[in-house]
Amino acid sequence: MLGKLFLNHYEAVAVILFGIGMTNLLLQRNLIKKIIGLNIMDTAVYLFLAAKGFVEGRAAPILISNGSGGWLNSSDLYVNPVPAGLVLTGIVVSVSVTAFSLALALKLYEYYGTLNIDEALMKMTEEQVELETTIEKAEEDVLAS
Amino acid sequence: MHEELKNIWKNFFNWVLGNGPRPENEVIPPDPPPDLPFTQKPQDKYSRFHEATIKERYEQWLEIHGLHIFSILYSGLSILTCVVIVCLLLATVAELPPFGHERNPANNEVIRRYVEHGGHETGAQNIVAGLILDYRAFDTFGESAVLFTAAVSVLMILGASRRNKLNKSPSLKSETTSRNFLQRGPPSLDEPILRGVASLSIPAILMMGCVVVINGHLTPGGGFSGGAILSTALILASNAYGPERVHEFYNERTFIVSSSTALMIYALSKGYSFFTGANHFHSIIPKGTIGNIFSAGLILPLNICVGLIVAGTLYTFYSLFSKGDL
Amino acid sequence: MIIIEWLLLIFLIVCAIAVSISKNLLNSVIIFMNYSLVMAVIWVLLRSPDLAITEAAVGAGVTSVLFFLALRKIGQIGHEKENQNKN
Repeated sequence: MLGKLFLNHYEAVAVILFGIGMTNLLLQRNLIKKIIGLNIMDTAVYLFLAAKGFVEGRAAPILISNGSGGWLNSSDLYVNPVPAGLVLTGIVVSVSVTAFSLALALKLYEYYGTLNIDEALMKMTEEQVELETTIEKAEEDVLAS
Repeated sequence: MHEELKNIWKNFFNWVLGNGPRPENEVIPPDPPPDLPFTQKPQDKYSRFHEATIKERYEQWLEIHGLHIFSILYSGLSILTCVVIVCLLLATVAELPPFGHERNPANNEVIRRYVEHGGHETGAQNIVAGLILDYRAFDTFGESAVLFTAAVSVLMILGASRRNKLNKSPSLKSETTSRNFLQRGPPSLDEPILRGVASLSIPAILMMGCVVVINGHLTPGGGFSGGAILSTALILASNAYGPERVHEFYNERTFIVSSSTALMIYALSKGYSFFTGANHFHSIIPKGTIGNIFSAGLILPLNICVGLIVAGTLYTFYSLFSKGDL
Repeated sequence: MIIIEWLLLIFLIVCAIAVSISKNLLNSVIIFMNYSLVMAVIWVLLRSPDLAITEAAVGAGVTSVLFFLALRKIGQIGHEKENQNKN
């Protein structure tokens, strides 16, 4: 199995990077680190796709002139162009996702003063408890009057 | 000698871990000026001066509610999940066909069709450009729409409090300033070196971006990469000459108008092309000869549209993150 | 050539692990920027120049700028003295 992994080294590295990114996403308590982990997962998937499209000894998918005004369009000259198109779309979408999640994280920091998700959760719970006690007190006041 | 080497490695690892010793000749930046909003109310419980105490409070909170066991359980379970997933994926990868072999199932008849007929069907020399802007142009349209939507969402999230600030009466203003740190502008960068380098390199970067966009169907590149290069030129200009100078010719209105116009042109022209193609009508769009700059039918104008949207969106992200305004 | 490939791939893994264990957010972002740049080189090796240009401009350029701006907003860059006890 290990020998086969060495044959597929790009894919194996992509899977390991995916694992590292996922561990980051699950274990880091800092939101910025979580977003970086998501980006690492993105690039791992792109690396896997692009590696599947590669063929040894072929050129990039840009038509080569044959020297007399024509173009060489034999399919065994160029690597697979479909993964490149897919990944191109993915890279730009991942930038949008990164910017959007960073904006949400900044908003969270603005409100709770921390980027650690546990501490933000703690403050959220405290606020909830505070709100409930004030409501209870108000209800008691109303009942007493 | 051995000890020295060991010290260097130790310093390097300390630097990677972020707790290294500080160099002696480092210039410590001066205190922030007192008019910064968050320094006005250090007793605010959401202020960042209480970051250290938040950590302590969190520890106490865990103690009180007995949540330590859950956080340990969470860490253990997530590590277990990741290890299991990676092992499964590695076992799958080991069974995949060998890397880079030409008989792989990924290189099937679809690829042969695209490579052999792509040249004279789309007129593009760059097969990837022909793929994403001709055969699968609706994908790219959706992607541009995703970018535009993301920019507008970030505008809504980070630009909303600006409107609140404008509407608030001056008596309430002092209360809100501690929360409005997102509107803190960039520090004034009055640096002659930066300006000199910027005045030399901005024209070159702009030219490079335009070349990448316009030659998208001949050489690697296209709307996305060219637009990103153009936006870096805008970002550099905003840093060197101040955001006000860029705001003179690129503001919220310009962004909305140019992006929606580009999206409309994209949708209309590609809709026409798909309509005629699907119904076998005669299309008036010429294909041109492969390799010329005016060739490949709609790919050149579509590349310019995508480049405009990407440049505008990425500059909008920068501008919103740096001063909360466009 | 195969040695360069392996070096770059190992560099990717080392960068990803360094991002995870680095305690300073600024260091994490700088290491992630290098990661993107090496990814662009790997795409040239995989014969996808379109992706290489896009990744170099978008991944290493604009994404890192966004991360730096976010870090400046939360005060991790610029006021080193206050951050020392925090990390």
